[in-house]
Amino acid sequence: MSQVYNLFVINKSGGLIYYKDFGSTAKLDTNNSLQLASVWHSLHAISMEFSPVPDCTGIEFLEADNFDLHCFQTLTGTKFFVVTETGAVGIDGLLRVVYELYADYVLKNPFYEVEMPIRCELFDYHLSNHIRGGKDRPTGGSFR
Amino acid sequence: MLIGSGRSKQFLNVVDRPIGKGKNEVSLSAFAFLFSELVQYCQTRVDNVAELERKLESSGFGIGLRMLELLCHREKGNRRETRLLGILSFVHSTVWKALFGKVADSLEKSTEHEDEYMISEKELLVNRFISVPKDMGAFNCGAFVAGIVQGVLESAGFPARVTAHFVPVEGQPRPRTTLLIKFSEEVVERDRQLGG
Repeated sequence: MSQVYNLFVINKSGGLIYYKDFGSTAKLDTNNSLQLASVWHSLHAISMEFSPVPDCTGIEFLEADNFDLHCFQTLTGTKFFVVTETGAVGIDGLLRVVYELYADYVLKNPFYEVEMPIRCELFDYHLSNHIRGGKDRPTGGSFR
Repeated sequence: MLIGSGRSKQFLNVVDRPIGKGKNEVSLSAFAFLFSELVQYCQTRVDNVAELERKLESSGFGIGLRMLELLCHREKGNRRETRLLGILSFVHSTVWKALFGKVADSLEKSTEHEDEYMISEKELLVNRFISVPKDMGAFNCGAFVAGIVQGVLESAGFPARVTAHFVPVEGQPRPRTTLLIKFSEEVVERDRQLGG
């Protein structure tokens, strides 16, 4: 599996609600991660305005010399984005899995307040399981 | 319309129709959201964690009463268990199957206390998506299920105190949930008199 450096989740007003780094490359401290998240939020918003194409939904993929940035925005405006090694594949799928885990283990948790920082043990647990092993699929919506 | 004429099934009065098996499937997401709202609703009405636990237990209690009534009729031909072990295995298998689609992972007797039994579940359905914040201590949303079990036991004539606890399991990253059932003295005494 391709190397993922960091994962960010930002709420619809641009606040960082979740940050996690994987591996030792590209670790960010709290200040830097907050800064990067708000810069990305603004860039994303500006790109939507600047786009010559009508109904643009913002930057989905940013390619740099030594990293790739993949972004996925949900219908409610929450953004998930990851920084990966260059040429990483299957990241769109990964972002959707993270979204699914968020829908399951964050939004169904009665102790989570919407738009607030995510502190859910089960979300952390299933997320690192997935990133590390790639075998822990979300449970899906139906029972039995 | 002819009521209870028996000419055709659709003319049967509702009380003459056989009791339905019920639809055995329900959306887990829908349940999880509903349960999450229930917990949040309870939270707005209490001042501390202990009260929240009691509130959830009492929401489950009524379900327990109804489950006993329904399952005795549906599964046991209107008979109900009168012995301690009988009612415990009824909860462990019949009630669990009706509620969660499977029997509970284990039913054990406490080694320290004569009147205590434990039903354990590796991953309790109500806890599937719930992470309890650290500042709430040992609170377990399984209190709702504990309330259901207490409702079943109490209405079957086995007054008991049921509480839900997280128990760490060796070699497992997640703790399991154990429902601790402590029967009243008279229940144990009565069962002893009935003999083995």
